[in-house]
Amino acid sequence: MIRYTREQMATRVARDIPEGAYVNLGIGLPTMVANFLPTEREIFLHSENGLLGMGPTPAPGFEDPDLINAGKQPVTLLTGGAYFHHADSFAMMRGGHLDICVLGAFQVSVGGDLANWHTGEPDAIPAVGGAMDLAIGAKNVYVMMDHLTKSGESKIVARCTYPVTGLSCVDRIYTDLAVIDITSGGLRVVEIVGGLTFDELQRMTGVPLARSSAAAQ
Amino acid sequence: MIDKTVRTAAAAVSDVRDGASIMIGGFGTAGIPSELIDALIDQGARDLTIVNNNAGNGEIGLAALLKAKRVHKIICSFPRQTDSHVFDALYRAGEIELELVPQGNLAERIRAAGAGIGAFFTPTGYGTLLAAGKETRVIDGRNYVLEHPIHADFALIKAERGDRWGNLVYRKTARNFGPIMASAAKCSIVQVREIVPLGTLDPEVIVTPGIFVQRVVAIDNAE
Repeated sequence: MIRYTREQMATRVARDIPEGAYVNLGIGLPTMVANFLPTEREIFLHSENGLLGMGPTPAPGFEDPDLINAGKQPVTLLTGGAYFHHADSFAMMRGGHLDICVLGAFQVSVGGDLANWHTGEPDAIPAVGGAMDLAIGAKNVYVMMDHLTKSGESKIVARCTYPVTGLSCVDRIYTDLAVIDITSGGLRVVEIVGGLTFDELQRMTGVPLARSSAAAQ
Repeated sequence: MIDKTVRTAAAAVSDVRDGASIMIGGFGTAGIPSELIDALIDQGARDLTIVNNNAGNGEIGLAALLKAKRVHKIICSFPRQTDSHVFDALYRAGEIELELVPQGNLAERIRAAGAGIGAFFTPTGYGTLLAAGKETRVIDGRNYVLEHPIHADFALIKAERGDRWGNLVYRKTARNFGPIMASAAKCSIVQVREIVPLGTLDPEVIVTPGIFVQRVVAIDNAE
């Protein structure tokens, strides 16, 4: 089966980020979006640990241990960037100042509930970070994830069975098979990977899908 | 004359008692006050409650404090890391208590303590496991969870430069929890790379006014 590659998914998300947007990219797959942001657009990347105007990875040898991102990786600061403390950082997130956050997920429900912080395994050591604040705070929450689990189950579900991160908070899902909007009228498919029909996508997805007016098929 | 500077890290932490609650600044390794933590380990206080974003990395710093069995409870947002094996082992053996707090709640609860706020409502975590048992309220049609401040006896913080009045500036993302922990703890202890004469720090750019700081010690790392 043809799927979008990780790079194609990241490029696709990046295309939807307009100039001037204040954006937080969650750790993991979403960080790849930074590499595909159109260079002619000025986009402000926020990192939960206290920087705005995050720049690309520094050249080897130029890493500064005091300049890291949420994933603890060395980064740079763009000219015009700023540093601030944690209460201010989360005020930006919780206070609705971020235009877009891009997060990974275990599951997304038809109602836009997000599960991405806990596998539900009783033995798992829990950790949450800023995921819950981002989920409810950003004006637009985009999820980047595989369409199916390794065992072929849909990660878009009627109700999340994993512990939730936030309720009714996801706006759009980018998977390796499709781009899907979450609306009050249900899930609307915006795009499908070439070679896959709408009916095939519907069969693989556990919940009712509708074509958006913009869908190609 | 007021001089909040202290000669050594050992002197700075000498009065930490068993059972104390201690906020420790830092996000990952950026801004971790390693030398103050080492002095705390040497000093021997135990049954500590620690507040930090993480639960230690590798075998040094906060991980070393945990490994030395000094910590009874940790309040943090992200204990699990690729190298959090010291915490992981203690947690699985039931030898350390964990209060998991969403990072924004951690920051705001600390800020609230320093700001004299009794409690506050936040939308974060509503409907999740981490809001279990907590009071909720609908305000203007939105769901909120009631959260309470986190106070502490001490804060160990790393800043870049400080003066004898306790004014502080930080360095890049090493700032993180420093300013809010400084306000929330009864006794804020700060290690700085350099202590500068009064007036060197431009009043327009002082990030932590000295009112929030009790002790400043100069520790200049070679790295």
